[in-house]
Amino acid sequence: MIGYLHTGIEKNTEVRNWTQGVTFVTRADYLASFFNEAAYCMSVERLLGATPPPRAQAIRVLLMELNRIASHLVWLATGGMELGALSMMLYGFREREQILDIFEFITGLRMNHAFIRPGGLSTDLPDGTLEKVKAFVDAFPAKVDEYEELLTENQIWIDRNRGVGILEADVALGLGVTGPLLRAAGVPHDLRKQTPYSGYEKYDFDVATKTAGDCEARYLVRVKEMRESTKIVGQVIESLPDGPVMVEDRKIAWPAQLALGEGGLGNAPEYIRKIMGESMEALIHHFKLVTEGFNVPAGEVYVPLESPRGELGYHIVSTGGTKPWRVHGRDPSFVNLQAMPHMVRGRLIADVIASVASIDPVMGGVDR
Amino acid sequence: MDDRLASIVTHARERFPMAVSEPAEAFGEVSVEVARDRIADLSKILRDDAPFELLSDLSAVDYLGVNPSERRFLIAYHLSSPSHPHRLRMRVWIPEGDERCPTVTSVWPTANFHEREVFDFFGITFEGHPSLRRIFMPDEWEGYPQRKDYPLGGTNVQYHGAFIPPPDVRKQPTTTTGYPGRLS
Repeated sequence: MIGYLHTGIEKNTEVRNWTQGVTFVTRADYLASFFNEAAYCMSVERLLGATPPPRAQAIRVLLMELNRIASHLVWLATGGMELGALSMMLYGFREREQILDIFEFITGLRMNHAFIRPGGLSTDLPDGTLEKVKAFVDAFPAKVDEYEELLTENQIWIDRNRGVGILEADVALGLGVTGPLLRAAGVPHDLRKQTPYSGYEKYDFDVATKTAGDCEARYLVRVKEMRESTKIVGQVIESLPDGPVMVEDRKIAWPAQLALGEGGLGNAPEYIRKIMGESMEALIHHFKLVTEGFNVPAGEVYVPLESPRGELGYHIVSTGGTKPWRVHGRDPSFVNLQAMPHMVRGRLIADVIASVASIDPVMGGVDR
Repeated sequence: MDDRLASIVTHARERFPMAVSEPAEAFGEVSVEVARDRIADLSKILRDDAPFELLSDLSAVDYLGVNPSERRFLIAYHLSSPSHPHRLRMRVWIPEGDERCPTVTSVWPTANFHEREVFDFFGITFEGHPSLRRIFMPDEWEGYPQRKDYPLGGTNVQYHGAFIPPPDVRKQPTTTTGYPGRLS
């Protein structure tokens, strides 16, 4: 099962500059694009000693939490379908579509956005974003109620999930399992709380935990997480600071001024006019940064964050050049898959379906 | 580095005085260099006493052309724990021509997949691993793709009549200096 989606993302980043790396890592765990982008960019920023402006950090949180909801919705939809709850599949993808519409409105793309860049974001939110997000945040909790009405006390759902695929806390830790699987086994481990990044310490939210460690507990944890993420998104819209979305340092910041046009995100016409018609220096600056990129001080870092599936980290090594020497993604799907044999040993074949669904593996992230 | 992490490292260095280096702190992360043959013993101590219950990540780096051949490969172990926010990196150097390292699967079972990945991509053998096979590449694959002397692959792509070679053999910009990326 592992390996069929291996695309050499880590090897490819070694022959591209630091900014181009974002377009590769965003394709690893494709249901959690923003998390890959953020983890990679936070690693590069740690090497650079750069701190993105507060507005960029808040927008990252907004995007990541919406992304977490979208990812959990795909899990709930496909996991439900695998256990015979076909209506859940339709409901889950229906709401996910609304989130993807918001992403498309902001970044021009539904998936694989490459929107987060080392030093901040590629561009600011377009006008009208917050209203769209607000409308989603207001409507979504009622949808979660709907899912719960459908599943939580549904006898078939309980029969298929309760007591199935049990993963105890100590086994989970030994197997390196993190995220909802670990929290469903009673360990309140969440990197957003343990080592807050991107300003997570400012937002009020709870870490969902259960103690049973079975498929039902994982379901309940993820449903609670969708509610908590909605809460965080609501707080981000209320408190979104003004200001730039990219570091001031022009030697790092991408030179182009981007604008969202009909064909997606591209160079703003005024900017093209300036570098092509007015300023030779601006053209040289643009050319150097775009073709060569910036140097990153030599060293190695490992920056983890809490993705929908657990600890997603990037181990990045620089030898001081314009390209990464090594980029390694610690993908939670890859690690969590190791728990599968333990969950299903001695059980029925039908329980394998429920157990694998409850791990929520994304093969793009597993194989990279 | 705060006191707790310092005492963890001091404790480890007392147990293995010759095998564990002084802790080095860079970019806010603490790492120690560990002698290859003591990595499993040290791991057990760190897991039980520190405690570092989680092996977050295990990956390798090929320093071909950067380091001398006795420090060609680096294996980096990233340790963490749900019970405290400290992290520690253990670094083990693997010389060229003698690519082997003791396994830590008996300490952290999660190392199973990670070590298979490093074996698959770098050709480093983990001694004592329960099932050391390739994990991403096909079993009969030749070579170790993440090594620096392994080509990226790819083909010339036609564009407006010209042929653009794959990025690793493409002509590089005339200067390779780039901009200094450090904030002033």
